[in-house]
Amino acid sequence: MISIDIEKKLRAYPGQQVLKVAAQFAAGSITKIYGPSGAGKTTFLKVIAGFVSTERGTIAANNITWLDTSSKINLSPQKRKVGFVFQDYALFPNMTVRQHLEYATDDEAWIERLLAIGGLETHAAHKPEYLSGGQQQRLAILRALAIKPKLLLMDEPFSALDPEMKSGLLAQLNALFAEMGITVLIVSHNPQELEGWGANELLIK
Amino acid sequence: MDLNPIWLTLKLAVITTALLLVIGLPLAWWLSKGRSVFKVIAEAIITMPLVLPPSVLGFYLLLAFSPQHGVGKWLAQNFNIQFVFSFQGLVLASIIYSMPFMIGPIKSALQQLPASLSQASYSIGKTKWQTFIKVLLPNIKPSLLTAAVLTFAHTLGEFGVVLMIGGNIPNVTRVASIAVYDSVEQMDYHAANTYSLILFSITFILLVSVFVFNKYRLKSPLE
Repeated sequence: MISIDIEKKLRAYPGQQVLKVAAQFAAGSITKIYGPSGAGKTTFLKVIAGFVSTERGTIAANNITWLDTSSKINLSPQKRKVGFVFQDYALFPNMTVRQHLEYATDDEAWIERLLAIGGLETHAAHKPEYLSGGQQQRLAILRALAIKPKLLLMDEPFSALDPEMKSGLLAQLNALFAEMGITVLIVSHNPQELEGWGANELLIK
Repeated sequence: MDLNPIWLTLKLAVITTALLLVIGLPLAWWLSKGRSVFKVIAEAIITMPLVLPPSVLGFYLLLAFSPQHGVGKWLAQNFNIQFVFSFQGLVLASIIYSMPFMIGPIKSALQQLPASLSQASYSIGKTKWQTFIKVLLPNIKPSLLTAAVLTFAHTLGEFGVVLMIGGNIPNVTRVASIAVYDSVEQMDYHAANTYSLILFSITFILLVSVFVFNKYRLKSPLE
């Protein structure tokens, strides 16, 4: 179970707006986060991961407090260890596909399985600049999964995938999430994208 | 012709570049992350040698490290270290004088890397140090090379600051730029031309190599 109650000021034009979210996410659940541009969806994910600080709030995951501004508890991203799929992929230009996964885990069998899920076996020795947009996006998802996180945060993770690849990958990921019991939060603009996943919804506005 | 000034200059440039890499990398990393009044002041101090007349810098170093007062006296009495009119003095002056050439390109390159690169590394459990070594550093290689070469080339060309703190002692502080000046003073234009040509050639080849290595990305030297 992940409990979140945060309040963060966002820069906006004109003036300022406040991102205010109070929600609970059951272990193993999948939640789709949607809302207008600039509402703070990405910031919300980054606050959970510990990349961005917030003025007030609490975050607890499986009875461990990650953030409590009143008692000045704020675990580092390294200790929270959430899987994070960035909107800009944030791939490391100096590393090949395999090196990305090896940087995250020593489990060779797991790496092979991830490469198969992402359909990137034949591209394992390629650096990101030699991958298509869709392949880069798949690599970003695989890297986030490599650490076998308990919580996976995905920011527009399927936007660059072609429809055929997307349906295959989504089916595999859905099964994998269930197998691993991961709690997943997905920011998505596409209402049809997660059909059939039984995903909960959270509106941020 | 005495080639010692050339060897001394190259030795000074190699030592300065190596030490500045060690000092400059963490400093540039620190400066590249966020802003504070303290960082602004530190950056201004580091940049000062770019605009300050070298003789001014040399003059203050001469005063600061004079064995008769303050820090210089303390260093001489306690550690038997003398920076004035010595090779180590030249190294110290060169480090200060060339620091902006090392820090500038590295800081700029680190700032241009997306924050999400570090965040992605942190999220998979890597420390700041691991992230710096495995992710940030390999992705600023061209700027690192530019910084090292500019520092090296700039050290080759130092004159005012070196003359002020080191003087003109053969085999100790008489670097090539001072040898050029000295030769002209003595009307030995042949020697002056030889020293100048060697310095010119080394600098030119170094800069061309950097631009070629950086795949013709003709950046401004301070980028």
